Amino acid sequence: MNRFAALFTTLDQTTRTTAKVDALAAYFAEAPEDDKLWTIALLSGRRPKRTVIATRLREWAAERAGIPLWLFEESYPIVGDLAETIALILPDATRATDHTLSHWIGEVRALAKLDDATKKARILAAWDALPKIERFVFNKLITGGFRMGVSQKLMTRALSRATGIDEPDLAHRLMGDWQPDRTSFETLILKHDPSADLSKPYPFYLAYQLDGGPETLDTPPDDWAAERKWDGIRGQLILRGGAHFLWSRGEELMTDRFPELSRLIDHVPAGTVLDGEVVAWRDEAPMTFNALQKRIGRKTVPKKLLTEAPVILYAYDLLEWQAEDIRARPFAERRTLLDTLAESVPAEMPLRVSPLLPFESWDALAEIREASRDHASEGIMLKHLQSPYRDGRKKGDWWKWKVDPLTIDAVMIYAQQGHGRRANLFTDFTFAVWDDDTLVPFTKAYSGLTDAEFRKITAWVRRNTLERYGPVRQVKPEHVFEIAFEGIQESPRHKSGVALRFPRMSRWRHDKPLGEANTLTDLKDMLAAYG
Amino acid sequence: MAEPLLTFTDRGIYCGRGDFFIDPWRPVDRALITHGHADHSRPGMGRYLATEAAGPVMRHRLGEITLDTVRYGERRTLGGVTVSYHPAGHVPGSAQIRVEHKGEVWVVSGDYKVTPDGLSEPFEPVSCHAFITECTFGLPVFKWADEASVRSDLDEWWRRNAADGKTSIIGAYALGKAQRLLTTVDPGIGPILTHGAVENTNEVMRAQGVKLPQTQRVTPETDLKALHGALVVAPPSALGTPWARRFGQSSTAFASGWMALRGVRRRRAADRGFVISDHADWEGLNTAIGETGAERIFVTHGYTSIFRRWLADQGYDAAIVETEYEGETLDTEDPA
Repeated sequence: MNRFAALFTTLDQTTRTTAKVDALAAYFAEAPEDDKLWTIALLSGRRPKRTVIATRLREWAAERAGIPLWLFEESYPIVGDLAETIALILPDATRATDHTLSHWIGEVRALAKLDDATKKARILAAWDALPKIERFVFNKLITGGFRMGVSQKLMTRALSRATGIDEPDLAHRLMGDWQPDRTSFETLILKHDPSADLSKPYPFYLAYQLDGGPETLDTPPDDWAAERKWDGIRGQLILRGGAHFLWSRGEELMTDRFPELSRLIDHVPAGTVLDGEVVAWRDEAPMTFNALQKRIGRKTVPKKLLTEAPVILYAYDLLEWQAEDIRARPFAERRTLLDTLAESVPAEMPLRVSPLLPFESWDALAEIREASRDHASEGIMLKHLQSPYRDGRKKGDWWKWKVDPLTIDAVMIYAQQGHGRRANLFTDFTFAVWDDDTLVPFTKAYSGLTDAEFRKITAWVRRNTLERYGPVRQVKPEHVFEIAFEGIQESPRHKSGVALRFPRMSRWRHDKPLGEANTLTDLKDMLAAYG
Repeated sequence: MAEPLLTFTDRGIYCGRGDFFIDPWRPVDRALITHGHADHSRPGMGRYLATEAAGPVMRHRLGEITLDTVRYGERRTLGGVTVSYHPAGHVPGSAQIRVEHKGEVWVVSGDYKVTPDGLSEPFEPVSCHAFITECTFGLPVFKWADEASVRSDLDEWWRRNAADGKTSIIGAYALGKAQRLLTTVDPGIGPILTHGAVENTNEVMRAQGVKLPQTQRVTPETDLKALHGALVVAPPSALGTPWARRFGQSSTAFASGWMALRGVRRRRAADRGFVISDHADWEGLNTAIGETGAERIFVTHGYTSIFRRWLADQGYDAAIVETEYEGETLDTEDPA
């Protein structure tokens, strides 16, 4: 595993994209085939099946390090990573080994069939034979969630350089339901056969945020199509060979979670791939995200929920038609085909096409955008009429022009130290609004401040702690922050009665005195207006 | 029951019998100072008492002060209380302060490191009944590598950068860490340049007889082309600023105990993070506390609640004391 650990170290030690791609390309050029495949798998979020539960690992590591379990448990959130915590607390290795990455993955997978005592013996032996970084990698292989600071885009670029295969082509080959233990580098990458995998999705095209408004675009309004940006779950619906597959943007199969979409098999011809948004739908309009929220994370859906929050695919692009990949055709043409297809599907079917918004000028579009929230929408999508369907996040052809978030001014009352990369800073805060003369907590927020601001508030928190509750510090109510959020809903679980969606600190209101922060009544008014 | 020998007040650690404070954070008449870092040695005190070796830096930082100095181990009597200073191994001149009255001994550690670094006076354990300790790195995940491996990592990084035509820029505190790096690296690899804040401290230390390798202060006139493959030592805050960009092609690094955590390393977004600290690691803290023989332990700054519980588990009578010391921070301008 020395080669892989060296790659990991190099990737970890640089922030430069070119250096990362260089290191990866060199690795792909020289590593053994099996290791290459596993590296691609790890970098695209695939990992060996978990064979040891985390609780056991923690116990064994604490025992081996000679510390009580509570001390391990306290250290873990500060380090922020289980694999790293274990690697750090264990005594140094006493033996040296040099097995391949695939060997160690085989070792991890072999644990599945063993009893706990044997697992423990094997893992302790591995820990004792691996130096620090290799040990961390080994733990990562067991615990999963391996993030190496390399996006799939960078990995694809490096792989393209090492193999001579085009990047978009490679990106497509790497999509979907492949597993490293059921394929080979040869089959997946070098001799790719698209028909071998019916469920294989196309890479999603992702839009950039349009910061300066549409006036900053190079071409006139005539060149662009506008749609509302829907607040649902991005999904790619694949209908091939009499089956259907629904993929999330994170390349997760969601087919079983939204069983109503299976009805489309009888009405949409095989050899069709649609891109769109899964939304909860009632009375010919999308419901708010709150309705859909209940369906997220449920692998099986109770009947009641199916009637309370039925979903449709709100389609906005057609990627494959009559079994042909049409991503290279202009958006306008794909969109016309999509409209024709949708017209042939009966109205009781869970498919709608997200309507195009006619507009004369950017000013007119700006007005349409202002009304976004009334349509349960987050803003406007702009798509260049002549654009192909690209892969990944690429600038130029698709833009999201979101409405401004909702905001409220709140008082910071609790602070907690961050984890992982923010371990020595206070970054997790609880905010409150006034209810007469008491402060009622209503949300937490972790992001939005600059590093310099986090440093400043950290120094302040250290000096203004009133009370400690374990890791949480109650601080003097003094600082007012503007909290931005995307949505608000009723929540009986919270003291304030509301829950916010994507809350973050948008501004530190040094200018606002404590008494001028917003009130619980203001929050309830927002709930009535936008909940 | 009589008042304890040392008490904890909102101005700092106080000895009522001797009427003096140790490392106070608000102005008082008489302040005993463990070392020159800004959170322990603050302006505005009536009279200061520190080690001879800490004196010059304190004068440099605080300007005109009334300062009396002592040698390590020398005993002074203040209002019937005997005080003495003992090496803390943190930075040159740093001390633990021993306070004794009628056979009862308390020791205030300030900041300390138990392993020798070749620059600071090596830490000496001092027996006492009550020990006031920092615990900046008071978690079992913090384990420092030995000096030799740190040295070879640093040299290898610098050597490779020099071979690639890059400047090596390392962020380290102006007082202590910077000089420790200077005495650790192999000066034969190339020229060593310093930021003004570092060089000012270097000058103070050279004047008091500390041996440092040859360094060159970076000024607008410095001919950087002639100094190919140089190592630049600067305060952490200088990295990523226009000041650091003048060196062109470069590799950046931080030297701090926090670099042991991958998350922190990634947040600072430097090319390299060297795990080098002026504070004791987990084992160091435990060894030091054990060697004092003390039964009562007060923990000041760091992971106090966790470390206190650990000490209580080990049978100590341990308590947390709120102070305004900051320990090793990557994030403030003036270091501890």
